[in-house]
Amino acid sequence: MTSYGGSGARRLAGLAALAVVPTAVLGVFFVLPVTGMVSRGFVTDGALDLGGVLEVLGRPRTRRVLWFTVWSSAVATTIAVLLGLPAAYATHRLRWPGRRVVRACLLVPFVLPTVVVGVAFRQLLGEAGPLGFLGLDGTARAIIAGLVFFNVAVVVRGVGAAWESLDARPGEAAAALGASPAQVFRTVTWPQLRPAVVSSASVVFLFCATAFGVVLTLGGLRYASVETEIYLLTVQRLDLQAAAALSVVQLLAVTALLLLAARLRAVPDATVTRRAPTPRRPRRADTVPLVLTVLVLAFVALPVLALVTGSLRPDDSWSLEAYRALSGRGSAPGQGGTALLVPVTEALVTSLRTAVDATWMALLLGGLLALLLTRRSRSRTERRVRSVLDGLFMLPLGVSAVTLGFGFLITLDEPPLDLRDSPLLIPLAQALVALPLVVRTLVPVLSGVDDRLRQAAASLGAGPVRALVTVDLPVVWKPLLAAGGFAFAVSLGEFGATSFLARPDDPTLPVVIFRLIGRPGPLNDEMAMAASVVLAGTTALVMLLVERLRVPSVGAL
Amino acid sequence: MTLTIRDLQVAYDDVPAVRGVSLTVPDGQVLAVLGPSGCGKSTLLRGVAGLEQASGEVAWDGEDVSRLPTHRRGFALMFQDGQLFDHLTVARNVGYALRLRRRGGAGRGGRADERRRVEELLALVGLEGYADRLPRTLSGGERQRVALARSLAHEPRLLLLDEPLSALDAGLRRRLALELRQILADSGSTAVMVTHDHEEAFTVADRLAVMRDGLLVQEGPIDEVWRAPVDAETALFLGYARVLRGSAATAVLEAAEATDRATDPATDRAADGTAAVAVRRSALRVEDTGALTGRVRSLRSTPEQQRLEVEVAGVGVVDAVASLDRRTAPGEDVALAVDVTRLAVLRER
Repeated sequence: MTSYGGSGARRLAGLAALAVVPTAVLGVFFVLPVTGMVSRGFVTDGALDLGGVLEVLGRPRTRRVLWFTVWSSAVATTIAVLLGLPAAYATHRLRWPGRRVVRACLLVPFVLPTVVVGVAFRQLLGEAGPLGFLGLDGTARAIIAGLVFFNVAVVVRGVGAAWESLDARPGEAAAALGASPAQVFRTVTWPQLRPAVVSSASVVFLFCATAFGVVLTLGGLRYASVETEIYLLTVQRLDLQAAAALSVVQLLAVTALLLLAARLRAVPDATVTRRAPTPRRPRRADTVPLVLTVLVLAFVALPVLALVTGSLRPDDSWSLEAYRALSGRGSAPGQGGTALLVPVTEALVTSLRTAVDATWMALLLGGLLALLLTRRSRSRTERRVRSVLDGLFMLPLGVSAVTLGFGFLITLDEPPLDLRDSPLLIPLAQALVALPLVVRTLVPVLSGVDDRLRQAAASLGAGPVRALVTVDLPVVWKPLLAAGGFAFAVSLGEFGATSFLARPDDPTLPVVIFRLIGRPGPLNDEMAMAASVVLAGTTALVMLLVERLRVPSVGAL
Repeated sequence: MTLTIRDLQVAYDDVPAVRGVSLTVPDGQVLAVLGPSGCGKSTLLRGVAGLEQASGEVAWDGEDVSRLPTHRRGFALMFQDGQLFDHLTVARNVGYALRLRRRGGAGRGGRADERRRVEELLALVGLEGYADRLPRTLSGGERQRVALARSLAHEPRLLLLDEPLSALDAGLRRRLALELRQILADSGSTAVMVTHDHEEAFTVADRLAVMRDGLLVQEGPIDEVWRAPVDAETALFLGYARVLRGSAATAVLEAAEATDRATDPATDRAADGTAAVAVRRSALRVEDTGALTGRVRSLRSTPEQQRLEVEVAGVGVVDAVASLDRRTAPGEDVALAVDVTRLAVLRER
């Protein structure tokens, strides 16, 4: 913690003390598993084997997977941005009845567990589904629709927050100089908005390129992205070398993308003046964005509606049978066979318990890190230490959750780190996945606190801890709560890492859902849908509570 | 070439901010709208510019423009803090409106003309050589000059200035006010300037409108408004130091006639005792021939004169001035002469 007037060495020591817990956790539970996993691929029979890795990358299937990942992500990103911009405008700049509700509805998909989204789209586009006649089931277009579905929320959120607080007066100045609304947008609004759009787009691309649950449930065996391919290679083909090679490619690409996004974001945004939002009543020219918003809303609502109706209509008549069946274990071919080892309701309890643990871990780590990252640097070394830490803790965003999960499995299984049976293993993995989101929620808030306030507190006799309580805490408690809710929702829906780590007799809800849709059997599909509705409802509820806190930086990466 | 505003009303969420203002600004004149903060003067300006939904009529040369959107009105608005486009250089800021017109096909000439015009404007506001600077690197005064040049670039038929100088410090404000007057005169602009500073209004404007609580309380040529404020509040806002009523007013007016002999029409109404008199700080001056006497309560020196507070029998405590060579001290009795040009009789009911 900062102590004003401390010597440089003492400050660095303080910095190190503050950093030691998160760094140790990251070292043991992130770097170790990931390197363990990666080295499995690069090392054969005790010798470095780069040729094997190159061979993997040269395979036609690998090339196809890479290409599919890139183009499907690019297309999905483009569509998500094009749909998200008008919706961001209509829900953040205009004032109309119901706008808050619509805004919240548009944001729900983002926190829906990926498996739920997959199940919902299968139901919507499947042969018996309401849009089955389109013949999209199992096509690349269905995957892209799924990706767009939950990334529109990222654009609406990220761009909307920037647009909302954009000062209207430069635009008015331009209008007073004779600029038409279109010219105002092109010459004034767009340059101010561009950083937010670019940063949202890069985050969306990142999410699309590392999407796991959606691609796995919708793509089947025909379409694989890098992430699902890593999963298939490790779980089904046991080809660790190929999986490691792909992991490394993904890690490098994502790191490059994150760096690029940080650069694009950092430079021009600093000059934009922010103001308290003042939405205005719609004018006639606003019809187009409003209509588009309604369309986006319909696009977001359709799969959800299909999911809910599907869960309520087993055997083509309305009933709660599927929900009642959640207390059971599903069915499997054969006499008395079950799809699961535990009832679905028990999995829900496991999920909630896990999420609670993951939340406090993410908050503890994220809180310490955010504090660490936002203190003013006094020397170049200090600044460098901070920027390295900043980058380091963003890495979980870029590493495939699948890699992480598998890495846990193979490195944390022998003394002194035999943690495979520890109940804290899954929460830890989930906390690491949620960590970047927590940090990114807290950092803007903490760095927005004028450092002179802390200096004023210090000059009035407050020690570092006291100054923290007086100055930072009142500002940060709401974002902290919001970040906690966010981490909770992420943990509830986490599937990539959990799918490796969850033991069959103690699974979380997303794992159960995935298992249910993979097993043929009467009512299994309906049970998967009912479980999805329950899971979606829980996360949506958490996110609505978070939304009520009105913390602008939540979900803005 | 006249701006006519008829019964303009603007409300924010049903709270009226401008409550039926009617005004006329003749060609080439500068009107200052003066009023305390929150009186609705900026809203009036935004209503005229078309940035607020307003009822009533805004007409230019008899043509009603109140249904036109802002960018079709041909009025340029200059904001209090300039609102320069931070991502454009000074030259591109100034040339913004010219480029819009060129793209719209209505422009005359090409890039070369545009560059020449921008240079001309930068010279007009005294910023030669600033063309390639970014707004962020400019001082407050420089930013306001750029904003002014930008507003003048496309020769708007009306210039609207929203507290153009109030973001600046006092010294700079005085200097820029003089320059603004000169620039507006040189470019022959018709302008409406909103301000809360009466000094600024006197320096820049030809006409003065005083607003209070969303209403226009007085309007006219600047010296007329200044000489005959319509009520006590207006007088105080225009820089009069005190308003005296009843017998105090009568006493001062009688002393004024005794001192001044010249009969001012304003003093004729003194006798009925209902008038109120607004006095400037320098309306009473310590002079041996003065008709009033009082006891000095306090005094302090300024570089030009001494300022006193004097208790005058039958009038109360008033401000007065004395030349620097006059030795007085608190507790002394002095004679005071009244300068009739420094007071105003108010017609109050």
